[in-house]
Amino acid sequence: MKLPRFLLALLLLPGLALAQDMVTRDGITLTQPQENRAEAIGDQLRCLVCQNESIEESSAGLAKQLRVIIRQQVVQGVPSKEIMRYMVQRYGIFVLLKPPVSPLTWLLYASPFIAMLGGFLLFWLGRRARANPVTPLSQAEQARLDELLK
Amino acid sequence: MSPLRRRLLFGTPLVVALAAGGGFYTILRRMQDDTYDPHALPSPLIGKRPPAFTLPGVSGTPGFSNTDLLAPPKPMLVNWFASWCAPCQEEVPMLQALAAAGITIWGIAYQDKPADLAAYLQQFGNPYARIATDQSGLTAINWGVYGVPETYFIDKTGIVRLRYAGALTDTVVKTQIMPLFKQYS
Repeated sequence: MKLPRFLLALLLLPGLALAQDMVTRDGITLTQPQENRAEAIGDQLRCLVCQNESIEESSAGLAKQLRVIIRQQVVQGVPSKEIMRYMVQRYGIFVLLKPPVSPLTWLLYASPFIAMLGGFLLFWLGRRARANPVTPLSQAEQARLDELLK
Repeated sequence: MSPLRRRLLFGTPLVVALAAGGGFYTILRRMQDDTYDPHALPSPLIGKRPPAFTLPGVSGTPGFSNTDLLAPPKPMLVNWFASWCAPCQEEVPMLQALAAAGITIWGIAYQDKPADLAAYLQQFGNPYARIATDQSGLTAINWGVYGVPETYFIDKTGIVRLRYAGALTDTVVKTQIMPLFKQYS
């Protein structure tokens, strides 16, 4: 009974060693998985100072502060969804690089389908126009044509 | 091809181009008139009271907290600024004119050093009835401040009705701020 437990502890050792692998970012020390989670959150948030960079990429002071807040909350074990909600509560949905479907954004998300529908409509109209064959020449017209082409 | 189809085929792109041109023209003209800013963000604070905070004042004077903003005797402005911010300096004469017109303006200094702040108020003037200092910038994050200057209009029930990011201009005051004072007086 004692031996298996010892073996189990041995199995856990590499995990412990991995857990000791700490990284420091923006003055916050956290484990690599925690840092990965923080980066995944930061990648989805827009820096409000330079507007087209994510919080992770930006060198703005505010972005750095938000990175610190994200990491502090990750260390405390706050779920990622909760951290995103914290940001949206303060800065609105603009802070999300991928905005949710809402009355403000549904047209944006519908635009590919609207374009596709427009394309189909055009295609259908074009086909319908071509489907009507040109009325064949009457006998008199054919005779006149033959005359001209002589 | 029927004449109607032909007219549609040539007319549709023309109408689309005209509509787009009209849209762009309106955007550009309103940007020039200061009545439209494509970078402006809607504040989630609008329709709500400012989040809880207690901030110290500057050089010995008391600061203020969110409870001081719960029920102002009349509508007021809260202006976020910093001594290191150039547009803030440019904005001071406008704030002073508003203060002279009887509008209450409270200031919150964002990430500022006490000595720099004192020198700034000395040099450019102090339009603020009260000043608080947010040295860490954490209260600013709770307000959703993303740059200085930012100006918030607060009505008599303590509710934020407008956030304007950037230095206040004549047009902004005339078209956005003053109508709110009339509406919520």
